[in-house]
Amino acid sequence: MNESDARAAVFAALHEIAPDVEPDDLDPSARLRQDLELDSLDFLRLLEVLAGSTGVSTPEDDYRDLTTVQALVDYIAKRG
Amino acid sequence: MPELLMPSLGADMEHGKVVEWLVKPGDYVHRGDLVAEVDTEKTVMEIESFEEGVVAEYLVELGETVPVGTPIARVTGTPADGAIQASSPGAAVPGSAEDAVEVPAIAPPIRSLAHRLGVDVTRLTGTGRRGAVTRADVEAAAADAAASGPVGPDTSAEGAPARVAGSPSRDSAPVAPPVARAPASSAEGTGRVRSSPRARRLAADLGLDLSTVAGTAPGGAVTEADVRRATEPRERPEATTAAAPATTHRGRDRRSHSRPGGEDAEARDRARASGPSVSDRVASLRRAIGSLMARSKREIPHYYLSTTIDLGPALEWMRRANAGRPLAERLVPAALLLAASARAARDVPEVNGFFVDGEFRQSSAVHLGVAIALRGGGLVAPAIHDADRLTPDEVMASLRDLVARARAGRLHRAEMADPTITVTNLGELGVETVFGVIYPPQVALVGFGRVIERPWARDGLLGVRPVVTATLSADHRVSDGLRGGRFLARVDELLQRPEEL
Repeated sequence: MNESDARAAVFAALHEIAPDVEPDDLDPSARLRQDLELDSLDFLRLLEVLAGSTGVSTPEDDYRDLTTVQALVDYIAKRG
Repeated sequence: MPELLMPSLGADMEHGKVVEWLVKPGDYVHRGDLVAEVDTEKTVMEIESFEEGVVAEYLVELGETVPVGTPIARVTGTPADGAIQASSPGAAVPGSAEDAVEVPAIAPPIRSLAHRLGVDVTRLTGTGRRGAVTRADVEAAAADAAASGPVGPDTSAEGAPARVAGSPSRDSAPVAPPVARAPASSAEGTGRVRSSPRARRLAADLGLDLSTVAGTAPGGAVTEADVRRATEPRERPEATTAAAPATTHRGRDRRSHSRPGGEDAEARDRARASGPSVSDRVASLRRAIGSLMARSKREIPHYYLSTTIDLGPALEWMRRANAGRPLAERLVPAALLLAASARAARDVPEVNGFFVDGEFRQSSAVHLGVAIALRGGGLVAPAIHDADRLTPDEVMASLRDLVARARAGRLHRAEMADPTITVTNLGELGVETVFGVIYPPQVALVGFGRVIERPWARDGLLGVRPVVTATLSADHRVSDGLRGGRFLARVDELLQRPEEL
């Protein structure tokens, strides 16, 4: 998957989990926990939504690398 | 003629308005069925019926603000009413053993499942050993209810009209709110209310109509305590709903299928649009939380304990459990912390229950309140029912369900009303330690901080372990530090053997 598709998928998934996060003013360097205030359940749902839209299933061991929006985009782009 | 009344959904609620009907005239409603969405200026909450019968007419307009206690709909009673009342005398007092004795042949996980699916287990014919109701029975009943839509009086499964999931079953809807009491139906038939002489005298002194008081004595008789409770709404567990959700993102999770009253969409939208703005609602919620917490700090002599727990074994167990699972079935650490807390509350019952009318009422069931932060501001603490009997997987499923509904503003009144102890898990966003304030009339609040790696000495060796700080705020009128310490020690012990949770 190319990066722009991955970014679109990640932004759409984020907007679904956290409707107050507007894709238009989302900074890719934003941290999922600290800046976007996603908790562990939100994070799990985010990965679920992404698995549904992109087919990428994320093993638990990879969670700790996925700390920012950009890291998630790169991860999906690489595997999608 | 029974009427549905505008319930009190919080200690400070004086007015409410119906913003959506979930039933329409002609629908058959059971006790516990969801009937309307009510806007309390802090939140929109679904309310259930305390009556059984056919909805005759609406008595208020959508969007019309009315005082608590105002009749909002008229219900025509049915002959079945008396029969049902006889099997379940009066409203349960929180912490009573009612749900333990009423249906003995049902395992708590099955009961919990039935609760989630909106199935009334008392109406099921069990196919398990000695007539026990099994998981399959509950699921079949839920499927039947879903297939048949609104259920009639002779249907075996009690499903919410047009919607099955989430209707609280009667045995877990604990108390009629003080203003929405179900008149004892036996009294309706005979024209008199069974009551004690002291209750009658007190009611007369207070100018209270006894037929409006839910009796808790055998046969639904009204006792003096019932009358006192009816006149002291602030002492009721419903007070916990004062910290009710400030939901700012309704709309997005609206169910897509049509609901009764759908033709009133325009009126409904007008009703919603005329509601307070988001900022008003957050401000109102802040006042409600402030008033409840001020009461807690004023009345409850808190003591605070803290301990650091090695989460190595629990997290390692969880990692192995999650390894082969799809995302939808994975656990998060919070599920283990909640499961351990619920079991510890069962083992150390001085932290589990309510302090009302000057005395502690221990609860035999553990309904674990979970503090959930809402995006956009605010906090709710709805309950996972019978959490001490659930596996970590079942706790996880309940947690996901509660969080999703809390954020969509779809909690049920019963969930808000009856937590027996609450857990707050602020660690997700970074703090190490939470010093909690107890939600009255509960008597304890458990806090977990962030899971962090720390140097940890064990058997004379130093290693790096994931640890969490667990705290307990407890009520000194009920327990001392020794028992509170026992609770935290028990949480620790349970987390060292996660496979036994």
